[in-house]
Amino acid sequence: MPSYIPPTEEIQFLLHDVLEASAADIPGYDELDRDFTAAVLDEAGKIAAEVLAPLNATGDAEGCRLENGVVRTPEGYRDAYRQVSEGGWIGLDADPAYGGQGMPYLLNTAVGEMFVSANMAFNMYWGLTHGAMSAIHVHGSEAQKALYLPKMISGEWSGTMNLTEPQCGTDLGLIKTRAEPQGDGTYRITGTKIWISAGEHDLTENIIHLVLAKIPGGPEGTKGISLFIVPKFLPDADGNPGPRNALHCVGLEHKMGIHANATCVMSYEGATGFLVGEEHKGMRAMFTMMNEARLGVGLQGYAQGVVAYQNALAWARDRLQGRAVGAPANPQGPADPIMVHPDVRRNLMHQKSFVEGARAFTFWGAQLIDRSHRGGDAEAEALISLLTPVIKGFLTDKGFETTVLAQQTLGGTGFTRAAGLEQFVRDARITMIYEGTNGIQSLDLVGRKLPQDGGKAMRAFFEIVKGVIRENEDDAEVKAGFLDPLKAASKDLQAATMYFVEQGMKNPANALAGSYDFMHLFGHVCLGLMWARIAKAARAGLNAGTGDAARHAARLATGRYYMARQLPATALHLARITSGADTVMALPDESF
Amino acid sequence: MKVLVPVKRVIDYNVKVRVKADGTGVDLANVKMSMNPFDEIAVEEAIRLKEKGQADEIVAVSIGVKQAQETLRTALAMGADRAILIVAADDIHQDIEPLAVAKLLKAVIDEEQPGLVLAGKQAIDNDMNATGQMLAALLGWAQGTFASGLEIEGENAVVTREVDGGLQTIKVKMPAIVTVDLRLNEPRYASLPNIMKAKKKPLDEKTPADYGIDVTPRLTVVRTAEPRERQAGIKVGSVDELIAKLKDEAGVL
Repeated sequence: MPSYIPPTEEIQFLLHDVLEASAADIPGYDELDRDFTAAVLDEAGKIAAEVLAPLNATGDAEGCRLENGVVRTPEGYRDAYRQVSEGGWIGLDADPAYGGQGMPYLLNTAVGEMFVSANMAFNMYWGLTHGAMSAIHVHGSEAQKALYLPKMISGEWSGTMNLTEPQCGTDLGLIKTRAEPQGDGTYRITGTKIWISAGEHDLTENIIHLVLAKIPGGPEGTKGISLFIVPKFLPDADGNPGPRNALHCVGLEHKMGIHANATCVMSYEGATGFLVGEEHKGMRAMFTMMNEARLGVGLQGYAQGVVAYQNALAWARDRLQGRAVGAPANPQGPADPIMVHPDVRRNLMHQKSFVEGARAFTFWGAQLIDRSHRGGDAEAEALISLLTPVIKGFLTDKGFETTVLAQQTLGGTGFTRAAGLEQFVRDARITMIYEGTNGIQSLDLVGRKLPQDGGKAMRAFFEIVKGVIRENEDDAEVKAGFLDPLKAASKDLQAATMYFVEQGMKNPANALAGSYDFMHLFGHVCLGLMWARIAKAARAGLNAGTGDAARHAARLATGRYYMARQLPATALHLARITSGADTVMALPDESF
Repeated sequence: MKVLVPVKRVIDYNVKVRVKADGTGVDLANVKMSMNPFDEIAVEEAIRLKEKGQADEIVAVSIGVKQAQETLRTALAMGADRAILIVAADDIHQDIEPLAVAKLLKAVIDEEQPGLVLAGKQAIDNDMNATGQMLAALLGWAQGTFASGLEIEGENAVVTREVDGGLQTIKVKMPAIVTVDLRLNEPRYASLPNIMKAKKKPLDEKTPADYGIDVTPRLTVVRTAEPRERQAGIKVGSVDELIAKLKDEAGVL
């Protein structure tokens, strides 16, 4: 059975030495002193390792059951949910006016990584509540906020997001679910929604569905979509769950992974719904949640990589096969541990250098969200909007790849159920698909985010890269190992951006055919940037004699690997991009 | 009733312990430190007494390096009301010996006048199992050690003790010292709101000089060594061979 070790030391280093959280000029960040975040991370880490991780494999094996319209979660999930909700973890960054703890999203992200690494399927039950809470908080009326938020923040009620229907997912303009006004301010919701995570379960006394539907007579396409609160039990004014609403879970999907999370087919049969915000403005409310939700999925991707890597490493230390080149490392034993072999080592370094860079990138993204939401910083808002599809698409592609590399480290054992690595592979796979497939992410990046405001956010990103290079050039070691490779990769990204600027108007297919490579090119530059920042902080720690010297040295060595062996992928992606769309589009449909 | 709980900052039970190269002790530099697990059980029991209405204030005390304030914050986050830190060493490798700890605790108790002291039966770093007993002797109080059960009945504490032959139940008159064993309870996880509140709970910092106690070590560490590595087992061909080996080689029969 796999194990999970909370990486609290690395998280602390990122929060305080790389991102310098408590010194950052963001409202609420002054609370984030080192001792306080250590106390929070230690406790969250204990819950992750001792409560959630042991339920990961058992929940996967058992799965969820639908019995007479009621979904039963796996053994132990109710008790674990009670511990997490009673511990106040669901409201970590929620508004204190409704019972939340009001901590920055950055801290929520750091804690979230540990919970997701320990048990992604479990974490989704309340991860979605988080998204639904945000939508109500930003777009709901005062009465709706007062009625729903306290119960959702405490975890007594959970939330869902209902977008997809059998005939449409990506193209929401095609949805058929209807919302008919009843004349009393409520609406009758009728339709079928699919792939609804946590749509029905036995963990909470009520489930608050947020449903996209069309009001008859409204505009065509996405302009006619409205957002509704449709509770499983209709609450009275005091918030006591009342009569059962006319909605049901009519089926559970049988999936490749996240078996412990109920993926439901939901049938709305004239259910009572309450409008959120204005009629026909549902898409705007949806987009509010998008940045956060997509960052959360990017986190899921690399967080599965984190736990997979930990277990691959444990295996590589213990498994004795063959002898090291040169002198044996374990002369008393029958063979050496496989981690002495350069190819096994390459595999481990690939995993380690990705997940640590990805963590830094995600935390930086969370900090930008705080800067935008808490500090009202428009530049940060534009930057995180640009980076969100990169975080989602790149980190989930590479996160999945990391779980496969970790599985590979175990050889045949990695293919067996008992080792548990194959579950990480299966669970990570969905992250590349949901919340907008990674192909959609790349189109969002190249088609929408990149050209926004004349490319202002992209220019701001290049300025940040230049700034990091400029500030650290005096350190010859950082320059050679980190800044020079970053500069070269950043040049590739600039060249690709220029290519799109030139081609965008006259031949859009060239930009669209290169969008996926652009997302990866961009992702590598972001991780290169983060490794340069980590190197700077590690060097500062070594020079000042603060922190663990061995850990600082390990960070530098891991970063050098990334810069030397992963970052050069930017040249490949650039070559693909500038080859244009011709080879992609040349084959006639009938010749496939 | 006021309950006093001494807590010690020790090497985390998950850490693989390494002996320092010079053999003077265990390497604690940049190693994860946590509250002694038996002390966590003592804190938990104190909180349960408070929840039952049998205690009204919980004071956590730690003696050691300044970083022990993190350990005290953990106790506060679990539910202790306030904390006292006695900074008795600068060097993280310096252990304060049980007798000095007992004397300092006696001085704190003279000031605080608790009705009950709940302590871990021993610390997992050096396993001395001495402080609670020494403290009882210095105070002239009753003691119940190795507690796996605790009930307060009026002026008395009824303590179930884990002894070699099974369980022994004793009644001690309070104020008393009770040292707790593993099976007394399962400590709770601190909730996030309580971790935040713990930041604002009072934590007084003192020194041994404030109490007029000398903490100079009386013991000398001669040598610290890693335990001998476990040897591979062997297969025996018959019961007779097994018995012979147990007699002649292992010398256990």
